[in-house]
Amino acid sequence: MHPGGLHDPSLDRDACGVGFVAHIGGNKSREILEQALEVLRRLSHRAATGADPETGDGAGILVQVPHRFFKREGLRLGFDMPHRRGYGVGMVFLPPDPVRRRACERVLEEAIAEEGQRLLGWRDVPIDPAQIGPVARAVLPVIRQVYVARRRLVPTAFERRLYVIRKLTENRVRERAAEIDPDGRFHVASLSAETIVYKGLLLPARLGAFYRDLQDPDLVTAIAVVHSRFSTNTFPTWDLAQPLRFIAHNGEINTVQGNRNWTNARKSQLSSGKFGGRIDRLFPIIVPGKSDSAQFDNMLELLHLGGRGLPHAMMMMIPEAWEGNPDLEPERIDFYRYAATLMEPWDGPAAIVFSDGHLVGATLDRNGLRPARYLVTTDDRVILASEAGVLDVPPHMVRARGRLSPGRMFLIDTASGRIVDDEEVKREVSGRFPYGRWLRDNVFELPDVPAAEDPPTPSADELDRQQRCFGYTLEDLRLLLAPMAEDGKEPVGSMGTDTPVAALSDQAPNLFAYFHQLFAQVTNPPIDPIRERLVMTLDTNLGPDGNTFEETPEQCHSLHIGAPVMNNHQLHAIACVTDGVFDPTRLSLLYPASGDPDALAAAVDRLCAAAVEAVDEGRNILILSDRGVDRDHAPIPSLLGLSAVQQHLTRLGIRMQAGLVVETAEAREVHDVALLLGFGAAAVNPYLALDTARALAAAGQLGALDPDEAERRTIAAIVDGLLKVMSKMGISTMQSYRGAQIFEAVGLDRDLIDRHFTGTPSRLGGIGLAELHREVAERHARGFGPEQTGADLPAGGHYQWRPDGERHKWNPATIAALQAAVSLDSAARFAEYSRLVDDEDGALCTLRGLLELDDGGDAAVPPVSIDEVEPVAAIVRRFATGAMSFGSISAEAHETLAIAMNRLGGKSNSGEGGEEERRYQPDDNGDSRRSAIKQVASGRFGVTANYLVNADELQIKIAQGAKPGEGGQLPGHKIDERIARVRHSTPGVTLVSPPPHHDIYSIEDLKQLVHDLQSVNPAARISVKLVSQVGVGTVAAGVAKSGAGGVVIAGYEGGTGASPLSSLKHAGLPWELGLAETQQVLVANRLRDRVRVQVDGGLRTGRDVVVAALLGAEEFGMATASLIATGCVMLRKCHLNTCSVGIATQDPALRARFTGQPEQVVAFFLFVAEEVRRLMARLGFRRFEDMVGRVDRLRPRAGAARHWKAARLDLSPLLAAPDGEVRSCPGDGQRVALDQHIDHELVRRAEEAIDGGPPVDIELPVRNIDRSVGALLSGEVARQHGSHGLPDDTIRVRLTGSAGQGFGAFLAAGITLELEGEANDCVGKGLSGGRVIVRPSREATFAPEENVIVGNTCLYGATAGEAFLCGLAGERFAVRNSGARAVVEGVGDHGCEYMTGGVVVVLGPTGRNFAAGMSGGLAYVFEREHTFVKRCNLGTVELASVREESELWLLYALIEDHVRATASPLGNRILDNWEMMLGHFVKVLPLDYKRVLAERRAQRRATTARPRLAIVPGTRP
Amino acid sequence: MGKPTGFLELARVPPARRDRRERLADWNEVYLPQAEQVTREQAARCMDCGVPFCQSGCPLGNFIPDWNDLVYRGRWRAAYERLAATNNFPEMTGRLCPAPCEAACVLAIDRTAAPVTIEHIEHEIIERAFAEGWVEPRPPASESGRRVAIVGSGPAGLAAAQQLRRAGHRVTVYDADERPGGMLRYGIPDFKMEKWPLERRLAQLEAEGIDFRCGVAIGDAIGWAELRAEHDALLLAVGARRARDLDVPGRELDGVVMAMDYLCAQNRAIAGAALPPGLDAAGKRVIILGGGDTGSDCHGTALRQGAVDVRQIQLWPAPPSERAPDNPWPEWPLVFRTSSSQEEGGERDFAILTRRLRGEGGRVRALEAARIDMAIGPDGRKRPIEQPGGEVVVPADLVVLAIGFAGPELGTAAAELGVALDPRGNVAVGPDFATAADGVFAAGDAMRGASLIVWAIADGRGAARAIERYLTARPA
Repeated sequence: MHPGGLHDPSLDRDACGVGFVAHIGGNKSREILEQALEVLRRLSHRAATGADPETGDGAGILVQVPHRFFKREGLRLGFDMPHRRGYGVGMVFLPPDPVRRRACERVLEEAIAEEGQRLLGWRDVPIDPAQIGPVARAVLPVIRQVYVARRRLVPTAFERRLYVIRKLTENRVRERAAEIDPDGRFHVASLSAETIVYKGLLLPARLGAFYRDLQDPDLVTAIAVVHSRFSTNTFPTWDLAQPLRFIAHNGEINTVQGNRNWTNARKSQLSSGKFGGRIDRLFPIIVPGKSDSAQFDNMLELLHLGGRGLPHAMMMMIPEAWEGNPDLEPERIDFYRYAATLMEPWDGPAAIVFSDGHLVGATLDRNGLRPARYLVTTDDRVILASEAGVLDVPPHMVRARGRLSPGRMFLIDTASGRIVDDEEVKREVSGRFPYGRWLRDNVFELPDVPAAEDPPTPSADELDRQQRCFGYTLEDLRLLLAPMAEDGKEPVGSMGTDTPVAALSDQAPNLFAYFHQLFAQVTNPPIDPIRERLVMTLDTNLGPDGNTFEETPEQCHSLHIGAPVMNNHQLHAIACVTDGVFDPTRLSLLYPASGDPDALAAAVDRLCAAAVEAVDEGRNILILSDRGVDRDHAPIPSLLGLSAVQQHLTRLGIRMQAGLVVETAEAREVHDVALLLGFGAAAVNPYLALDTARALAAAGQLGALDPDEAERRTIAAIVDGLLKVMSKMGISTMQSYRGAQIFEAVGLDRDLIDRHFTGTPSRLGGIGLAELHREVAERHARGFGPEQTGADLPAGGHYQWRPDGERHKWNPATIAALQAAVSLDSAARFAEYSRLVDDEDGALCTLRGLLELDDGGDAAVPPVSIDEVEPVAAIVRRFATGAMSFGSISAEAHETLAIAMNRLGGKSNSGEGGEEERRYQPDDNGDSRRSAIKQVASGRFGVTANYLVNADELQIKIAQGAKPGEGGQLPGHKIDERIARVRHSTPGVTLVSPPPHHDIYSIEDLKQLVHDLQSVNPAARISVKLVSQVGVGTVAAGVAKSGAGGVVIAGYEGGTGASPLSSLKHAGLPWELGLAETQQVLVANRLRDRVRVQVDGGLRTGRDVVVAALLGAEEFGMATASLIATGCVMLRKCHLNTCSVGIATQDPALRARFTGQPEQVVAFFLFVAEEVRRLMARLGFRRFEDMVGRVDRLRPRAGAARHWKAARLDLSPLLAAPDGEVRSCPGDGQRVALDQHIDHELVRRAEEAIDGGPPVDIELPVRNIDRSVGALLSGEVARQHGSHGLPDDTIRVRLTGSAGQGFGAFLAAGITLELEGEANDCVGKGLSGGRVIVRPSREATFAPEENVIVGNTCLYGATAGEAFLCGLAGERFAVRNSGARAVVEGVGDHGCEYMTGGVVVVLGPTGRNFAAGMSGGLAYVFEREHTFVKRCNLGTVELASVREESELWLLYALIEDHVRATASPLGNRILDNWEMMLGHFVKVLPLDYKRVLAERRAQRRATTARPRLAIVPGTRP
Repeated sequence: MGKPTGFLELARVPPARRDRRERLADWNEVYLPQAEQVTREQAARCMDCGVPFCQSGCPLGNFIPDWNDLVYRGRWRAAYERLAATNNFPEMTGRLCPAPCEAACVLAIDRTAAPVTIEHIEHEIIERAFAEGWVEPRPPASESGRRVAIVGSGPAGLAAAQQLRRAGHRVTVYDADERPGGMLRYGIPDFKMEKWPLERRLAQLEAEGIDFRCGVAIGDAIGWAELRAEHDALLLAVGARRARDLDVPGRELDGVVMAMDYLCAQNRAIAGAALPPGLDAAGKRVIILGGGDTGSDCHGTALRQGAVDVRQIQLWPAPPSERAPDNPWPEWPLVFRTSSSQEEGGERDFAILTRRLRGEGGRVRALEAARIDMAIGPDGRKRPIEQPGGEVVVPADLVVLAIGFAGPELGTAAAELGVALDPRGNVAVGPDFATAADGVFAAGDAMRGASLIVWAIADGRGAARAIERYLTARPA
């Protein structure tokens, strides 16, 4: 990778397949090993390969040390091999250069000697290099095993000593890396007397052949953990393959940066006699530059060797969702509370398999976002893996099938020979000490703190001066603070942001504005903070942290705070504590106001010194405060002060001796508070924001609100917003969010970052303390300068254009000029428009404004005549309108765009809202209203097989520029009958698109969805829409490896129909950065030719297109500009349904005002294309293709360097040319290879039936590698028969075995898939009218209703059809179902979430949070324990018994169908005792749905006298 | 944020005008006050646009959405403060401005063109503010010791004076007329704005410490250079009173008068002076040449004076009733309008080129003209060509020439001060209102040519800022 580019390797992500095979009784055998290797082979599709198809991303296996084998080998090599456990084996990767290799070996040998152990010798590990690809071979290390004999130690201490030896060796090799290991080949894969790891950069299926040892008959084990890796990067590395030393991880640790920081911050606290007290020499505990999984393993290892059992350590690092969970035993809650005072959780989606050689187990994080299925055989084997069906086990040998549920642990103790269930493991850990009593004695609650006198309320004049001094604007008061105080919620806005990034602003933005929030995309999922609130917590502790190694009562001294935002009263009370264990002190953030540019730097140094002094004095709560500004004193930006102190104390290793609290006037929106917490504060008191809210209330400007209530609501709004910010990144707990630094800065100087914001990405360098000081001074002068008395606050103008406010790209002049140009079809007017937009000489606004096109002067390519440049008609094919759903905008506007793009040969994008089928037929005049791009987003509205086949491109929307990491919402008032029909929902009921796609929690899930979609429509290009942020290039590489043919990089300027204001402004980055990074990573990884790259988010002119092309884009989306061409005037009222120009509204009166014409859109794109041609001629490009990726033709614009801030930016990372020949994608992008798809056989056999012939019955075996079964067949049916499909049961397919993921995805009507065996995740995803039946094998001996039959997220986004599942299902059953009917015998957490239609019958247990956000359809739950009410989320539904006769019949008939389809014993029992059983059914009825049904009934009564049965929703079409 | 659905539920209700007959019987203002509830409802129609075109349409950049919202919420005082933040004399713009803001209102995009009644809401805010006593003199807290002279007491001069005075400078306003106000006093008929709002505002300015020297013609009593020397800065705000004349035979006849003389005489008459008989339209047949606002003012004046017949004639053809395609929103719409004066009576005629004035005994008796069509000339510009047989003769006893202004009456100022003029004869200024002479600035019609009062105020404020910067950069 080019060192000067934008790619940051620390952001590479991986995800994967994991599993283990073990014998419960500990019997070692070859069989276990061979079966584990088979598991690995069967997980191959969860791994990936880069440009070199022979080089996998990595795979490996962990087994027990095979003594017989090593004894033999040792004897052969002449070692004196001790008895079992008397020696440790190290698996060591070494540099190939013999001298360096030997040097590394010597370092290890010296450490062995130093630690008093004895080196037995080295063994060359026999390998077969033919098994790995050329890329892996090029970096192949020398692989040797080292044997270390135990001396004078007991076995457990020996393990610890081996750890010390390894750490010392690693540290010393790293220190001498330049000399002995310049390429970083040295790596100790394992060094233990218990386990050994064989791993490498290879394909999972080749592992066994590569390592000859693994074929040896003497290599036997009772435990084998395997892992196959899917990495977003392809920079080849051997060491990152898994298993690691204790774990194999599928998922991602979102908070790893914070976890690493905190571990360093604890340095002074960490001590353990077990390591000889000299723990310092082991630092860094967490090795920098490794993957999140590797860092997790580092920490787990330390905790484990420090004396905690693996389950105990696991419970500390990945606690289940214990907060507010009444189902848990109090002792367990106490344990978690206590553990929380010792360390913060490692947060993120994770399925972790772990083993120490005796125990083997697995655990899931609190969200349960990764799948883990297990099977226990009658001969005492356990097979656990990311998928079911990874080993063929004859049905009669299956004792039980299960899955891990969220937060649960599954443990096998091979020493005692049994499975230990979750309850027992955890009870044992929680019972070790009286944690509850310790907590009661040592943890204080806020109300325990004695009240102090409140700080005085500022006078009106003081308030005004402070507001000015801290940069408040009228807009802040009117659009942010007043609505927060009034509604207790963050305000919502629409359209995108089009103001300058802070680094280019002349309005003296505060420091917060320089930082952008990062968000989860693909490699980990965001969380739904509303519907899945129960997994999130804002709980936090304030005070010094304990020694992580010790478990004593004193370790948990702390103050517990429920939420990290304090009011003035609470802060003051804490500050005034004078006795007890807390010793708070205030450190002032003020410094003398002066013109000296170094004043701020000096002030920060003084602050840090004062903090150290305070800690040294034993102060354990530091309150950083900017109270008291006056004419002579200006405030250090609170974020700077806080982060400087945090980093300084961390570097000194004394950070955990005190808690940090910030008392600041500066913070006033969610983003500000999130930053302070994200950089290490435990709590924030935004006193001026609260004073302002109180003053507004006192002045009667908030209706009848009193000041106290206004304050409460303001805090509530901030807290609510914090949940959103955390969830955006997929982080569940405030404790792990704190200090995790999940932000990217734009334009902050690298020295400033390294010093005070260490580890935060800031890629363009630039603004330092001197510039920040100047902006502090400017704001200070607003408050205390000469002429300000009596005037209003500055206008602001960030959210709405103001003549004296912030600059906007869309302003009255540009909008008017564009509309005049397209309505008059005037090239002259368009030129005027372009000039207004492109000219940033006096008004910098965008990163591209800092660049100019380099025509090279005389030296470079001469310009060409414009006649030689490719025609406009060819260029417009590269253009697309942005994704805007039918629903968010009116039918008129939506279809105008589609017609225009079809006339041009460009592409319109359906957005996430379905499409009316009439649009698939051309108009009489030849126009087509069909959107070429069909979007698939998280809500899956109207995503049917028919929708998917009517597309040229299928776009998976992972994130949206305006609000990445968040879901969408279409307010009920925009949903009329017509919208509801297309979306399969209920009119008037708000529709939610959840933040995550529930079938994409990781990169391999994305690969699966790509596979599903490609199966339905093999001809379409599958594209994936991402949003610009640091690391997006890596994700794009993962997308390319997933098989998608296109990637969209959206900038944060992109528009939206509704978004919280702080997301709109502060999440995501400009597209220039994301696009350049993507190009650099794809080119360097030789993946660029696989995918077409599209960019969008604020493109407006031909120049924008050319700059984007030079940076690496070949297609271009322009959404806002095309709306403006049809009449949008940026009211920014899309969320209110009051669009006065008839675009973003469904109100018929307003829609009638729409005057847009396709001609206007056509004119816009033609003008842009013509401009592109002119610029191409100037630059000497005849073909567009030649221009793509030519960053050498861009250079920094001289004019921009005159700006005092812009001049400091370093654009070279943006303009770095990646090394790689292929800069573009010549064709249309790749397609997923489907030649192995099982459906080809189905299509062949069903051909006649599809053509109208007689029904057909097909029988086939199926395996877990057969994925998306039925999808390709359904595409075929939909193409020929539209959404109605075929008559019921026309194609009947009987399968036996274990089906792969996506079984029955998008299954079309007329097809029945009947599976005897089991299935994996996403059964019946997007079900489009077909029928799916899954039942256990007839030979199975277990009770079906107690065993897991299908995986997670079944029936996600189903629109019609039926599913009968004889057994238990996983989490998120029937999420967003909008029409299918299903019977299942038990479900996991979050069942029927956001369901909007259809009927679900659950004949058994449900997990927590059933029916969260459910707004339509019905669910019936059979339960005898009467505990369902506790597990149902009653936010939008009510529970009732089943009474109406029509309903009884519906229920009875469904169960009858279920029994007929599956022979369910449970179903049979229920039907046999129907009268008695009926009382155990609970009906779940959404309130909205009930209301709508009642309204319809009333309407019908009014219009017809004919009595009818109650409506049965979700009937098949 | 207004009422999101206000514009859907409520129709535009402009302020009512008094009955035509009643209006013609006196000189008082035409418009009637509106009930508070109605005004608040009208304010609720504002959509608080993300891009408020009204605000960019307003030369002053008035915070229109802000005060609309405040009025809707009944927070009149806050609305007044928001209004006063950008506009020194809302009572004047609230009566006299043609309201480019309303033309640019997003609710004026479509054919129904029902913009928010912004101008009237402004009027209601300021009148309420005066009535409630919120408009108080705001003399500076401290004196800078710097002296600024302003020549001309029209809206530009007055706005600059107030801004500079509030910044602590000693401000002296000179005017050649006997009372301050310029066009506001002598050009605008009472039926558009009575004189008491002006007096009311002048009282505030005087109370703030502005020194008015009226009846002083600079160049006579005091020399321009002398005036400049005695002050730290000088602002030329002398307006653009030099009227364009008509070059046809018969121009010299009695009964052919300039519009400004005509309007000024009536204004002085209302103030108590005698109306010269030659400028009294009573019993006469009156022709007004020129279709602009000044012509319209003359039209209303003539009707009130008791003319037997009033006919307003303009050279250009009547504009279309709706926007032409090449005149899209939010541009100022070039459409056919009827002023309050025009609706009161008289006739209008378009596309008529005056050839000569015919007289009897030295007095004008008729106007001879030709009907014309518009043709595109070789230079691409429109020019009139006479229709064959399109001759017309219109009898007239009084012909008022209201065909525009030709620039400022500067006398010896340019020469004495070293101020340069632009090709149109206006004072040439840079973007910071500075003329070629050091410390000499110009604002309003003097540098812009005859224009709207709202521009005059905006220029006055802009020039005050420029002068402030100039003074700050040159410590005393």
